[in-house]
This record gives sequence, C-alpha cells and structure tokens, in this order.
Amino acid sequence: MNIWLSHHGQALVLALRRLAAAPVNTLLSLLAIGVALALPAAGQMLLANLLQVTQRAAPALEISVFLAVDAPRPTATDMEAKLKNHPGVKSFRFLPREDTLAHMKKEAGLADVIDALPKNPFPDAFVLLPRDERPEAMEALAAELRKWPKVDHVQLDAGWARRLEALLRLGRTGVWLLAGLLGVGLVAISFNTIRLQVLTQRPEIELSRLLGASDGFIRRPFYWFGVLQGLLGGLSAWLLVGLTTLVLRGPVEEFASLYGIVLSLRPLDGISSLALLALAAGLGWLGTAISLRRHLDD
Amino acid sequence: MIKFDRVSKRYPNSAPGPDALSNVSLEIGEKELVVIAGHSGAGKSTLLKLIAAIERPTGGTVLVRGQNVGALKRSAIAVLRRNIGLVFQDQKLLFDRNLFENVKLPLSIAGFPPKEAERRVRAALDKVGLLAREKAMPIALSGGEQQRLAIARAVVNRPNLLLADEPTAHLDPDTARDVAAIFRDFHQVGVTVVVATYDATLFPEARRIGLDHGSLLS
Repeated sequence: MNIWLSHHGQALVLALRRLAAAPVNTLLSLLAIGVALALPAAGQMLLANLLQVTQRAAPALEISVFLAVDAPRPTATDMEAKLKNHPGVKSFRFLPREDTLAHMKKEAGLADVIDALPKNPFPDAFVLLPRDERPEAMEALAAELRKWPKVDHVQLDAGWARRLEALLRLGRTGVWLLAGLLGVGLVAISFNTIRLQVLTQRPEIELSRLLGASDGFIRRPFYWFGVLQGLLGGLSAWLLVGLTTLVLRGPVEEFASLYGIVLSLRPLDGISSLALLALAAGLGWLGTAISLRRHLDD
Repeated sequence: MIKFDRVSKRYPNSAPGPDALSNVSLEIGEKELVVIAGHSGAGKSTLLKLIAAIERPTGGTVLVRGQNVGALKRSAIAVLRRNIGLVFQDQKLLFDRNLFENVKLPLSIAGFPPKEAERRVRAALDKVGLLAREKAMPIALSGGEQQRLAIARAVVNRPNLLLADEPTAHLDPDTARDVAAIFRDFHQVGVTVVVATYDATLFPEARRIGLDHGSLLS
C-alpha cells in the first residue's frame, strides 16, 4: 500500500514536472481544452438559468376563463355547476366582476380611471387548475372551454413557459451533442500530447525498461499527465464559464427585465462543476490510454 | 550464478557471416570476477545482453540464478533486471536530471522508501567519489566522471551481479585504472562482476573468457 502510494506520488510529481517543463505547450493545450469544454459548459449554464425561469413560472399552471362582459350572472352560475362536474378540472375559483373591480380600484391605484368609466369594464372570470398538466391536455381543455357559450377568452397562463421549456429540452440535446463532439476533440488533444510526451521521454522509457521498470511504473506518469492536463483544462473551462457569467449577468438582467422576468445569471452549480472537472479528467485519461496503447507497446 | 548451454544468437536481418554468438557454453560462479575479452564485434555485448534478457538466444539456454532467462515473461524480466547492476557501453545517462536523480532511478523503480533511497544514493555517489556534485547535471562531468556516475547507478540497489559493457572505453589510462579499481572493490565485497572489455590487462586477477567472431576461445 505504501509502495503503491509512493509510486503514484512519484509519478504525480514527475507528471507535474513534465507539464512545467514546457510551459508554453502546456498553456496552449490547456487553453484548447478549456475553450472546447467551455462551449458546452456555458450552454449548460445558460440552460440551467433559463430552466429556472420556467420553473418559477410553472406553478401557475392555471387556465383563466373570461366571460363576455355582458354575460348575465346565471350564465356564470351554470358554468360553475358544469366546472364542478368536469372530469378535467381539479379545482377552480370564481372571480365575480364586482370583486375584480373593487380589487383593481384598491390595488392598482386606478380608482380615478375606473370611476370615470360609465360601467364596470371587468368580466366575470374563472381561474381553474387542470387535473392533467401536460401541455397538450391543457390545450385541449382550453379549446373545449372556448366553445362554451358566453366565453370570451381562455388564457393558458403557463403556456409560454411550457413552450420555452420544450425549447430548452431541445437546447439540452444540442448541448449534449456539442459536448460529445468536443469531448472527442479533447480525447484527440490528449492522445497527441501523450504521443509527443512518449517521443520526448523515449530515452528515459528505454532506460527504465533496462533497469527493470514494470509497465505500470512507465505508464503511471503519463496517465497522471493526461489526467492533470484534462483536469486543468476543465478548470480553465470552468473559469471561462464563470467569467462569461459575470460579463453577461448585467446585460441579460436588463434584457430579461424588458419582458418582466427577473433573471440573474448564476454560475455553474456545484454538481455541474464537479461533473465538468470529472469529465475533463476522464477524457484526458481515455486519450492517454489510447495513446499509450498505440505508442508504448513494443 | 550464470550458465550458458550451447547458446547461439543471430540477429534478425543480419548480414551473412558468423552468428553474433555460436554454440557458447560457459559457467560463471558466484562472487567471481570475469573478464569477457575480444575484439570489437566478437560478441561481448551480445553475451551480456543475453544475461540481462535484453536479447533472447536463438539457440541453447541461458540460466541466471537457475532461471532460464530466455523464456521469462515480461514481468519476470523486469524483476530479474532489478537484481542486476548494468553499466551500458553508451552509459545511458539522463541529461535532463542531476546526478542524484540519475542514481535514484533504479531505487524508484524498485519502490524504495524515499529516506532509504536517499541514503543509498549518497552512499553510491560517495563510493565513486561524486557525492560533492550530486546537484550537478551529467553534461558538466568529464568522461571518466560520467562513467563513474553510470557505475553508481548500477550498484545503488546493491545487486549481487554486476555487468559492465566496455566501462573503460574512451577513458585515458589513469582514469581507466581508477574505474577498474571500483569494479575490483565491488568484487571484493562479494559481488559477481562480469566486465566486457577489449583491454583485459586492467583486470589481471580476473578469469578471462575470450571470444572471437562469436565463438569461445579455449
């Protein structure tokens, strides 16, 4: 166990030294990996933020049904009975037009305007929660309600959020595809740097074999090199995404506020950050493994 | 310690002519000092390489400590080599590492604990008179010093078998005598020493095995 640890310790130190021995090469490789990983990572960051917006909007899975302004009260009473027995409706509440008027007068400070109007401009309305919350079911219910007599307007409050969510799911697929492609790129980068490392270290590898080094002894520093390079590349990607978040936060906030949305960009959360680093290290390891198999077995 | 039984070695794609070694049988006992003598191309290096399993014989068997080294698996070869001190004809020093690290390499390979390794590296460097320069790079050493560094690396994990291929080539006579004296010292503390050299006069007390065009001289 101690020997195992000390072997890995030595290999790690050696890998760090080799990284430090060619600082320009190392920095360029890290930058290439960083940029490659930053693209899907930034996509993930944006999606996570937008998804939060939709989730904040999502509790309002309500359907608002506005009756015609001239609809008599019995119509509303009829509808109340129909809604009570409707299998697609979980619950509902009735908003009489008088209450709406009073509410608007008090809350919105529109008292003067409303007082100036000859009659109550607000219709009777129902706000109902559907039993089935899937977008297509909600659309069907809304379509049915629109056909009821004296119904003037049916509004799906969460409709836009649902459509955005569907769009985001599409975006997520795109991010995964991008991540897959650039992951292959990372493996290629790692493959190539390890190939160059093997060429540079050829005398040392040959000498070590002559002195009785095991395959593991020879391979370990390369594996550490590949993993460290991937990890540091992942770290630079993380920093790039963090920087992007900071730069974009102001403009995005401003843009979102134009649509009445509160959106303050957050950096990648802990789990995504860890996943990014682990993925980067893992792909570095994979590239190393393929490269060593190709260039070290003789 | 070492036994060659009708050993032949022919390199693949070699020019027509005698084999590098043909039908060589010999024995080297424990704690012996043996000189393999012969002109260039006589097969001295090949003989040493067969002992360390750097090459495999094309005929016959090579036994080292009772093991048929021509039939060893990769991992067993590694173990064998960890127990043999090797001084190469071209020294094979690592020029991007200082003296201390060059000598430490075999101990790292064998997995020595750092403290013990440090102690042994210093002892080995001291033995060849290079302790004061442990931080120097090999390029800063003279030819004789580089040879002594190679010896320090070969003996640092205290093998009981030391193989040296032309360790005094390219050295002036005084330096060559110094280097030969180091090998003699190791022999005196019980190490089996096999030296391939064109100049057997440096080891007058050693048993001499003569080679000519791959065959033993009787």
